[in-house]
Amino acid sequence: MLPRRAKIKEIINDNGRVKTFVLDCSIIAKPGQYVMVWLPGIDEKPISVSRADPLTLTVANRGPFTSRLFDLKVNDFMSFRGPFGNGFALRTVKNILLVGGGYGVAPLRFLAETALQKNIRPTMIMGAKTASDVILEEAFSELKVKTIIATDDGSKGVKGTCVDAAREAMEKEKFNAVYSCGPEKMMAALAHECAKHGVRCQLSLERYIKCGIGVCGQCCCDGLRVCHDGPVFDARVLKGVEDFGRLARGPSGASHAL
Amino acid sequence: MDVSTTIAGVSLRNPTVLAAGILGTSADLLCRVAKCGAGAVTSKSCSLEARDGHPNPTMLDWGEGLINAIGLSNPGVEEEVKELKKAVGKSGVPVFASVFGKSPEEFAEVAARVAEAKPALVELNVSCPNVSSDSRLGGKIFAFDAKLVAKITDAVKNRVSTPISVKLSPNTPDLKEIAQAAEDAGADAITACNSFGPGMVIDVETGKPILSNRVGGVSGPAVKPLAVKCVYDVCSVVEVPVIGTGGVTNGRDAVEMIMAGATAVGVGSAVYYRGISVFARIDAEIKVFMDSHGYESLADFRAIAQQ
Ligand SMILES: Cc1cc2nc3c(=O)[nH]c(=O)nc-3n(C[C@H](O)[C@H](O)[C@H](O)COP(=O)(O)OP(=O)(O)OC[C@H]3O[C@@H](n4cnc5c(N)ncnc54)[C@H](O)[C@@H]3O)c2cc1C
Ligand SMILES: Cc1cc2nc3c(=O)[nH]c(=O)nc-3n(C[C@H](O)[C@H](O)[C@H](O)COP(=O)(O)O)c2cc1C
Repeated sequence: MLPRRAKIKEIINDNGRVKTFVLDCSIIAKPGQYVMVWLPGIDEKPISVSRADPLTLTVANRGPFTSRLFDLKVNDFMSFRGPFGNGFALRTVKNILLVGGGYGVAPLRFLAETALQKNIRPTMIMGAKTASDVILEEAFSELKVKTIIATDDGSKGVKGTCVDAAREAMEKEKFNAVYSCGPEKMMAALAHECAKHGVRCQLSLERYIKCGIGVCGQCCCDGLRVCHDGPVFDARVLKGVEDFGRLARGPSGASHAL
Repeated sequence: MDVSTTIAGVSLRNPTVLAAGILGTSADLLCRVAKCGAGAVTSKSCSLEARDGHPNPTMLDWGEGLINAIGLSNPGVEEEVKELKKAVGKSGVPVFASVFGKSPEEFAEVAARVAEAKPALVELNVSCPNVSSDSRLGGKIFAFDAKLVAKITDAVKNRVSTPISVKLSPNTPDLKEIAQAAEDAGADAITACNSFGPGMVIDVETGKPILSNRVGGVSGPAVKPLAVKCVYDVCSVVEVPVIGTGGVTNGRDAVEMIMAGATAVGVGSAVYYRGISVFARIDAEIKVFMDSHGYESLADFRAIAQQ
C-alpha cells in the first residue's frame, strides 16, 4: 500500500500532551484500525483512526516522532498508509461499554460513532490521572453518549480507575460486550472483571510495529501478530498468552516488562 | 504420494521452509508457522549484539511485490538462544537458525552460540542487501566475493558440527562461482536466494524514497522468475541440496523450484499474500499437482528442467 498525502485542516489542543489532527481526506476503515503516519526523513508510526470521515487522529506527544508531529500547523501536509489491522467487532450487540485510558479514548470515539449508526447503545468510561488529562469529552457529548469520567485523584468525575468505574457500571447494568483501549495492565484487570461478570470483551493492544502487514514478526505477543491479527483481540484469545499484560518487545525484538 | 524431503540429513515432512526474517522473531511464532504446515522453520537472522534495525518505513507492498529494509533487527544472540531452545523444544519440525556477523570470526562465534540451542541447521546470511560488512572488509556484501564466502563457511565449519546452509545473494553475476566456493569450503546446503536489488520506491507526492533506508530488498511474486533462474544456476554447479527461495506463493511455484533442482523451498513473502496457512496450502497444492501428473515423490521431477 502506497502512502497518501493529506492537508491538515484543523488542529485541536485536547490537553497539554494530546492534539487532534483533522485531515482534509477520508478513509474507509473500521473502528480499532490504525494508519501508519509518515513524516519523510523522520519515521512512520501507528496511530489509531479516531474518525474516518474526515480522517482524524488523536496523538499524545511521547517522543521524537510525535513531537515532530506536534510541530505541524494547519495547512501542512501529512502522509499516511492504511488502514491496517482488524478493528473491533460489533456483531450481535445492543448495549455496550467502552473503557478508554489515555489516548486509548481516541479509537473508542470512532467506535461510539459507528455503534450509534447501527443503533447500538454505547456507554463510555474514560480514565485519566487528573482533570486536565481528560480528552475528547466534548466529542462524546456531541455524540450524546453517556460518559463516566474516572480520575485517579478525583479531580473530575468519580475518584478511582476506569476499571473501578467499569466494575460499578457492570454491577448496575447488563452489557453485551466491553471494548477497551488503553494501558495494558489496566486492560488485563478489566478483562478479569469482565470474566467475573460473564461479559465478553475486546481489547486493543500496542506493540512495536514495523511492517504493519503481518510479515516481519516484530510486534509479536507470544504467537499473535499485533499489527495484523490485532490490534484488537477478544479477551478469550488473550487467555493464556504469557506476554499479555507483562512483556513487550522493543525495536530490536528484546523483551521488557510492561 | 510422498512429499517428504531431506536437507543435509534433516528430514522434512514437506519441502516448505519458512524463510529467514519472516515471522521468525519469537518461539511462539515459529511454532505457529509449524502448526500451519511448514516442513521446517527458519528464525530471524541474529547477530552477536542487539540491533534495532532501520527506522520505519521498513516495508511495503508496492503493487507487484514487496520491498523491505528491516535492517536485520534482532535482540542479539543471547536472547535468540533462549527463543531457539523453546522453538526447538516445542515446534515439532526442524528449526533452522539464521545468523550473520561482521567478519568470518564473528559468523563463527554467533553460529557456535546458536548451536547450543541444537537447531537442525544453521543458515549463514552472507547476503542481506540492506546491511554491509565491516569497513575493514570494504563494507560490501560478503556474498559478492567467492573468497570471503569460502572463508566464512570454513570458519563456521571449524566451530560447529551442526549442518550449515549458506544463503547467497542473487545480485551478482558470479553466483555459480560463489555457490561452488561455498560448497568447496564445506557448506552442507545452499539457500538461493536472498531478496533482490536493492530496489527503490519513490513516493511521487513528496518526491522521497519511501523506505527510510531509501533502498531495500525486493521479494514476492515479482522476483520469482529471477529466483528460479538463480536456483537453476546454482543447482547446475553444486551437489549439495538447495533451498530454492524467492517469490514462491503457491504449489506450482514450489514445483517450479524443485524442477529447477531445489530440494526444499523457502516461503517468505507469501505469508503476506496468502496468510500463515500458506504452508499447508502449498503442501496440498504440490500433492494435487503430483497426483495429476503421476509423480510418486519429489525426486521424480527434481531438476528435470536441467536435462
Ligand atoms: C495499533 C496502535 C495504535 C496507536 N494509536 C495511537 C493513537 O491513536 N494516538 C497516539 O498518540 N499513539 C498511538 N499509538 C502509539 C504511538 O504509535 C507511539 O506513541 C509513537 O510511535 C511514539 O513514537 P515517538 O517517536 O514519539 O516516541 P518514542 O519515544 O519512540 O516511543 C514512545 C513509546 O511509543 C512506543 N512506540 C515507538 N515506536 C513505535 C512503533 N513503531 N509502534 C508501536 N509503538 C511504538 C514505544 O515503544 C514507547 O513505548 C498507537 C500504537 C499502536 C501500536
Ligand atoms: C521482511 C523481510 C525480512 C527478511 N529478513 C531476512 C533475514 O533476516 N535474513 C535473511 O537471510 N533473509 C531475510 N529476508 C529474505 C527472505 O528470507 C527471502 O530470501 C526473500 O524474501 C525471498 O523470498 P520470498 O519472495 O518468498 O519472500 C527477509 C525478507 C523479508 C520480506
